[in-house]
Amino acid sequence: MSGDRPILEVRGLHKSFGHLEVLKGIDLAVRKGELVFVIGPSGSGKSTLLRCCNRLEEPSSGSILVEGVDVMAPGTNINAVRRRIGMVFQSFNLYPHLDALGNVSLALRKVVGQSRAEAELAGQAALERVGLAEKANSFPNELSGGQQQRVAIARALALQPAILLFDEPTSALDPELVGSVLAVMRELRESGMTMVVVSHEMRFARSAADRVIFMDHGLIVEQGTPEKLFNAPDHQRIKDFIASIEH
Amino acid sequence: MQLERLADTFFNLQVMQQYLPKIVEGFFITIQIALAVVLAGIASGLLLALVRAFRIKALNFFIILCVDILRALPPLVLIIGFYFALPAIGIRMSAWVATWLALSLVLMAFAEEIFWAGILAVPKGQWEAARSTGLSFVQTLTDVVMPQAVRLTIPPLTNRTIAITKGTALGAVVAVGEILYQAQTAYSFSYNPSPLVLGAVAYLILFIPVVYFGRWVETRFAWKR
Ligand SMILES: Nc1ncnc2c1ncn2[C@@H]1O[C@H](COP(=O)(O)OP(=O)(O)OP(=O)(O)O)[C@@H](O)[C@H]1O
Ligand SMILES: [Mg+2]
Repeated sequence: MSGDRPILEVRGLHKSFGHLEVLKGIDLAVRKGELVFVIGPSGSGKSTLLRCCNRLEEPSSGSILVEGVDVMAPGTNINAVRRRIGMVFQSFNLYPHLDALGNVSLALRKVVGQSRAEAELAGQAALERVGLAEKANSFPNELSGGQQQRVAIARALALQPAILLFDEPTSALDPELVGSVLAVMRELRESGMTMVVVSHEMRFARSAADRVIFMDHGLIVEQGTPEKLFNAPDHQRIKDFIASIEH
Repeated sequence: MQLERLADTFFNLQVMQQYLPKIVEGFFITIQIALAVVLAGIASGLLLALVRAFRIKALNFFIILCVDILRALPPLVLIIGFYFALPAIGIRMSAWVATWLALSLVLMAFAEEIFWAGILAVPKGQWEAARSTGLSFVQTLTDVVMPQAVRLTIPPLTNRTIAITKGTALGAVVAVGEILYQAQTAYSFSYNPSPLVLGAVAYLILFIPVVYFGRWVETRFAWKR
């Protein structure tokens, strides 16, 4: 595959829930190694956009390509594509009946087909990357929110995805735990991981994002560098929104 | 005087000794049916709940209909129906099988509802997390959802199972040689109710450990979460 081909390419994406049109034509290309930040008012369709990318939601029309593979094509093995798209949720969604290592290695065994020993080795390495090697045998209810979210990131990382999607990864965390998760995300960015992040962490966006996208009412209103969007956006709406977030 | 009479009536050692072997025989038949009911009822209930998870509309309509009917009917009606009514359309079964089948179906229906409630109680985010890592629907069901659902299921299922296995006594009506039937028969031969006392003791010996097991299960799985 050619080097300049976007890792993720969204074209003319529409999504309706019944009569409610939530996405009204989204076009987006994410290059390898890029960190794209998505902001916008509640209900603007940010989560729905991410969830369409790995088909947790079925798009109504448009196309989505991951590493050039059409996610929507009838012949596409969606489970194989999902291995390439890691997803991190606001509410962590760790499996409560498995310890951290079990959480991280389950898909390696079931989807990649590794033996338990191989999967645990790779899982342990992923936990190490998020700084939780020593918590491998802790169950989710024995971990803090920040640690749980880092295990969730390790779970996605273990599959060696081409891109990671984050949906408000720090919104459910106590303020003092946010930093540990952002530190992991910053480390991932520095190691060249391609990421799309929906979040209200403006300080993080300013320092880490390559590009910021502002969504409203199911459309991308404006996009650009953090400096441009945060300091001199073309739209008054964005100024108001950013002011409301940063108080 | 009175006391002696009471002892002679309900605790007549001679009668008890005479019919003890019969009661023991009934004891083992009760265990046999109960175990067969537990195995068949829970396994088929689990299977139905798993099938229901696929959410195939027509199939689920049928499952829900059957389950509701089976939960509404008194088990005795099923036993008598299987044993006395089905032969009219050429389906014959022994009293043992009629009792086993009726109780298994009832347990299946309740177990299905309990397992299904357990599946529904697992948050949607668990499905999404698993599917987003590439697990298939079936893998998600077996490796992520069911282990959590079963844990929620165990206390209510244990209680329901105990209640339904006690229904083995209903087999007496169609002359299955379980505890109650043996005790009743012995009573009618001896004109002495001592065998009934013996039968009650046999039930206690059988079910008190089960009740304690149920309580143990309940506390154990209540803590773990
Ligand atoms: N499964 C669904 N069924 C019906 N409507 C839905 C569903 N999921 C989302 N919506 C609606 O779609 C719209 C966009 O939702 P979405 O979750 O994508 O917004 P968001 O930008 O992520 O908002 P927030 O910042 O609050 O998370 C909302 O109006 C929401 O009510
Ligand atoms: Mg959202």
